[in-house]
Amino acid sequence: MSGKAASGGIGDRFGGVLSAPYTLIMKVLDIPMRAVQNAIGERRMPYVFLLPNFLLFGLFVFLPLILNVGYSLTGGSKLYLSERPFVGLGQYATLLDCTNHLQPSTCREDHFWRGVYNTITFVVLQVVFMVLFSLLTAVVLNMKIRGRGFFRAVYFFPVLLSPVVVALIWKWILQREGLLNGAITTLGGEKILFFVEPGWAMFWAVFVSIWAHMGFYTLILLAGLQAIPADIYEAAEMDGTKKWRAFHRLTLPLLMPNLIVVIVLSLIKGVQTFDEVFVLTGGGPGTATLLVVQYIYETAFSNQVQNFGLAGAASVMLGVVLFALTLLQLFFARKGEKPT
Amino acid sequence: MSVADFVTRRRGRRWHWTDIAAYSYLALGVVLMFGPVLWLVLSSFKTQAALLEFPPSLLPMTQEEVMVPGQGDKPLPLFKVTMDDGSVRTLAQVRRVGIQAQMVDPKDPGTVIRVPIERREPVRKFQLALENYTKPLQQFAFTRYLANSVFVTVVATLITLISNSMAAYALSIYEFRGRNAAMLAVIGTLMIPITIILVPVYMVVASLGMVNSLWAVILPGAATPTGVFLLRQYMLTLPRDLIEAARMDKASEWQIYWRIVMPLSLPALAVLAIFSIMWRWNEFLWPLAVLTKTESYTLQIGLNAFQGELQVQWHYLLAMTVVTLAPVALVFVFLQRFITTGIANTGMK
Amino acid sequence: MAQLELKGVHKSYGPVKTIHGVDLSIGDGEFVVFVGPSGCGKSTLLRMIAGLEEITDGTVSIDGKVVNDVPAADRGLAMVFQSYALYPHMSVYQNMAFGLENMGLPRPEIEKRVQRATTMLQLEPYLQRKPKMLSGGQRQRVAIGRAIVRDPKIFLFDEPLSNLDAELRVAMRKELSALHAEIGGTMIYVTHDQVEAMTLADRIVVLRAGRIEQVGTPLDLYHRPANQFVAGFIGSPRMNFLKGTVAAPGTIAIAGGRSLDLPAAAGLPAGEEVTVGIRPEHVALCGREDADVMIRLDLVEHLGGETYLYGQSETLPSMTIKQDGDCAATRGDMLPLRLVRDRLHLFDSAGLVRRAA
Repeated sequence: MSGKAASGGIGDRFGGVLSAPYTLIMKVLDIPMRAVQNAIGERRMPYVFLLPNFLLFGLFVFLPLILNVGYSLTGGSKLYLSERPFVGLGQYATLLDCTNHLQPSTCREDHFWRGVYNTITFVVLQVVFMVLFSLLTAVVLNMKIRGRGFFRAVYFFPVLLSPVVVALIWKWILQREGLLNGAITTLGGEKILFFVEPGWAMFWAVFVSIWAHMGFYTLILLAGLQAIPADIYEAAEMDGTKKWRAFHRLTLPLLMPNLIVVIVLSLIKGVQTFDEVFVLTGGGPGTATLLVVQYIYETAFSNQVQNFGLAGAASVMLGVVLFALTLLQLFFARKGEKPT
Repeated sequence: MSVADFVTRRRGRRWHWTDIAAYSYLALGVVLMFGPVLWLVLSSFKTQAALLEFPPSLLPMTQEEVMVPGQGDKPLPLFKVTMDDGSVRTLAQVRRVGIQAQMVDPKDPGTVIRVPIERREPVRKFQLALENYTKPLQQFAFTRYLANSVFVTVVATLITLISNSMAAYALSIYEFRGRNAAMLAVIGTLMIPITIILVPVYMVVASLGMVNSLWAVILPGAATPTGVFLLRQYMLTLPRDLIEAARMDKASEWQIYWRIVMPLSLPALAVLAIFSIMWRWNEFLWPLAVLTKTESYTLQIGLNAFQGELQVQWHYLLAMTVVTLAPVALVFVFLQRFITTGIANTGMK
Repeated sequence: MAQLELKGVHKSYGPVKTIHGVDLSIGDGEFVVFVGPSGCGKSTLLRMIAGLEEITDGTVSIDGKVVNDVPAADRGLAMVFQSYALYPHMSVYQNMAFGLENMGLPRPEIEKRVQRATTMLQLEPYLQRKPKMLSGGQRQRVAIGRAIVRDPKIFLFDEPLSNLDAELRVAMRKELSALHAEIGGTMIYVTHDQVEAMTLADRIVVLRAGRIEQVGTPLDLYHRPANQFVAGFIGSPRMNFLKGTVAAPGTIAIAGGRSLDLPAAAGLPAGEEVTVGIRPEHVALCGREDADVMIRLDLVEHLGGETYLYGQSETLPSMTIKQDGDCAATRGDMLPLRLVRDRLHLFDSAGLVRRAA
C-alpha cells in the first residue's frame, strides 16, 4: 500500500484537472451501460468491457496478420486483396532468387539482400556495443557516486527523443561543415565526408542508435545490479576477494537474467530499426545502410510501382525471424525463473 | 589532518583509481549525451549566415552591420581592419573582389579603401536569431504539423487509456469463459510490431477511407497490448473486498469500473499516459506510410520532409527540431524519476 | 428486519467440497455468531448468504423468499468486511453515501441517514477525512456506518475485529453489543474467536469442516456441549480432557487416577474408551485423601484476581486449573485435585457427549 500511496501523488496532480469532464462522461455512459447490464446480466459484462479494445485489436492486428500472408501470395500492384491475382509462392521465389546468396548483386532483388546483410551487420555491432556500454555505464552508476540521479538522467534522456530528432541532431553535427569536421580541421586533420563513405555511414548508424537507446538498457541493468544484496560483496571482501574477481564471479552471474533481457530485447529492436537510420543516412550512400524495414517500406509505399506482394513476403519473413527471437526470449525468461 | 588528507578523503574513504576512472567516464558521458542536444539548441539560434561559417563558432554570433549613407539601402557588414601602418580601424565592406575588399569608414562614406581580405576580421556580437522560430511558424505549415501532432497525441492517448483500462478491468476483476484466451491474445500481440503488418494495416485503413486522415494514425495503435498488460497487473493488486463491497453497495459494473477501479489505478494510468504521449509524439514509420498530404503531416513527418528537400534550410530545420523536442524535454524534466522507475519496473519503453 | 433460512446448503469448488449441507434458521432481530477454526467454512457460508459466492446446492431464503439467484446488491443485506474494504479515494462521508447514491435516494435523505449513523458512531469530526487518515478503530466504525446507513434487512460481519489490537477489540465488542441493542437488526457475525462469540451472540453456530457441530445460546454451549469438539472450542482456558475407560457400567477408570462413578456412563459397555472433560474452574484443590488425580505443577500464572495452575503427571496429559484469588502453590509441588462431579462431561469413543438420562 505504501508504494501506491507514494505514487498516488502524481495521480492526484493529473486527476484534479480532468475529474469534472471525466465524471460527466462516465455518468452519461452509465445509463446505456446499466441498461446493457440489466439485459445481459452481471456475468456477461466483462465481454462488454473487452469489446472496444478487441475491436481495435481485431481490425488492426489480427486481421492484418492474416491478410499479410494473403499479400505475400498475390501479385500485381492493386491495393485491395480481392483484386490481386494469386501467384502462390512466387513472391518468395523472387526474393530468394540469387545465383550466389552471399553476393547481393547476383540476386534478382539485390536491395532485399543488401538490406539483409546490412541489418545483420548493424544488429551484431549494435548488440555487442550496446551491451558493453550499457553494462559499463550501469556498473559505474551503481558505484558510490555523488549525483547519481543526475548522471542517470543524462544517460537516459535520449531514450525519450524521437528518432527523427535524434537523427537530425547527429546529421547536423556530422555534416560536411559540421561540428565534428570543424573540430577535426582545427586539430589539423582533413574533413571526412561521413555520409559518403560506406564504412563511416554504417559506423554512425550504429553509433547513433546506441546513443539513443543505451539509457533504456542501462536502466534495466542498473535495476538488476541494485537487486544484488550488498552483503554478498561484504562476505566476498571478508574472504579477501579481489574487486575484478568479485565482478566476474558474483556480479556477472547474478546479473545474467537482466543481461539476457538486454541482449534479446536489443536484438529484437535492432532487427526492426528503421526511423533513425532512414532519416540519418536515407539508406545511403548507395545501399550501404539500407536496412530490411526500409526495403519493405520503400517496396510498398515509396517506389514508383507499389509492390505490396513483395513487401508482404518480406515482412512475413521478418515476422518469422522476430517470432523466433521472441521464443528465444521466452525460453530464457522461463529458464531464469527456475534457478538450478 | 593535513590539507592533502582533506582533499583526498571522500566520505570517509580515500580516492581509489576506480573512482577517478568512474568520474572521468561520467564526465565524458555528459559531454557526449548532452553536448549534441546543446549544440542543436545553440545552432538553432544562429542566423543563416552564421550557420555557414566553418569551422563553426560555439555561440550564436552575428556580424555587426551598419547603414552607410550613399552606399545603397542595405546595411553593410563591419570589419576590424589592420592598416598598413599597423593601426586598427573599423570599416564597413562595400563589396569583395577576389582577394581584395572595398571598404569605407562609416564616418567618412566618401573614401573607398581597398584592403586585402586576410587583413580584416569581422566584428561580431552575440545575437539570437529568433526569426528561425517565428518565420517557419508563419510561412510554412509547421503550425499545422504542430496542431496535428498535438491532436494525434491527445486523442490517441485518451482512447488508449479508456479502451485499455476497460479491457484490463475485465481481465483482472472477472472470472469468465474465454478469459485465458483473451489474455493469450493480448500477450501474443505484445510481440507484433507494426513493421511486419504495414501493408495489410494500410489496406484496412484504406478500405475504411481513412488514408491521409489523422484517424489513420490514431486508431491502429490505440489498443496497446502493453497498456492492457500493465494496467491488468496493477488492477490485480486491488483488494477483491473493495469490488465486493461496491457490489453490495448496489454499484453497477460500469460504476465499479469508473468510480472504484479507475481512481485507484491512477498511478498505473499515469505511467501509461506518459508512455502513450511519448509513443505518439515520436511515432514515425506508420504516419510516414499513411500520411502523404502535407496538410495531414505530423511534426515528425514534416521534419523529415523538410530535411529531405534539395536545399536544406538548416536554420529553420534546427529551430523546428527544437520545437519538436521541447515538450518531451519538459515532460522529462518534471517526471524524470517517475519515468525511470516506471521503465525499470515494467521493462518497456 | 428479517429472518433467514438455510436449507441443505452445499458448496463445492470443482471436486472439492467445502460446505456439506447446512440447515439453519435465524430469527428476526437475532444476533447469530458463526464460530469455528480457520478453514471450517464459516466465511464461505456468510459469503453465500451475502450473494458473493454461488450456492452449489440447497437454498437460502430471506423472509421466506429463495434468493439463490438474486444478485448480492438486490438481497437487501449489508456486509462489514474483515479488511473493512473502505474506498480509499473517498472521504468518510462519500464512503457511506456511495451505496445510497446507487440506490437513487434523494440527497436530503442521504444526508439524514449519514448524519444519523455518524452520530451513533461518533464519527462527526472525521466526515471529510480519507480512510488512510483514520485509526483502526475509526475505520472499523466507518465500515459499520456504511452498513447502517443502508438500513439493511440483515447485517453481515466477516471477522470485523480481527485487525484491531486487543484493547480496541474489547472496546469495539462492547460498541457492537450496544449497537445491536439500539437498532435491533438481524446480525450474522463470523469469527474464529470464541470470546467474541460468547460475548456478542444470542446464538452461536459452531462449525467444523463445513458442517454445523452445534447451535445454541452461549451458556448452552458452555454448559452442555454436544460433543468433544464444541467442548474444547468454547471456553477459555480450554476444557481439560482426561482419557479413561469404562470399568463397569456407570464407572470410569481414569488413566493415572481414581475411578469415577458417573451416571452418564451407565449406558456404555465395559471396556469402551471414553474421554472425561472438565473445565479449569471446576477442578478443586483438595486433601490427598480426597484426590481424584495428582499432578506435578509446571507453571503458575498469578493474574491477581485469579490464578492459573498448569501441571501434568506421567499418566495424565497437561491440565489447567483455575483458582479464584491468590494461590500459594509453587512450581514442582505435587497437587492433589478433585474433579467436581456434577461438572464432568463424558464423551464416548465417537466424541459425542453422554448425559445421565
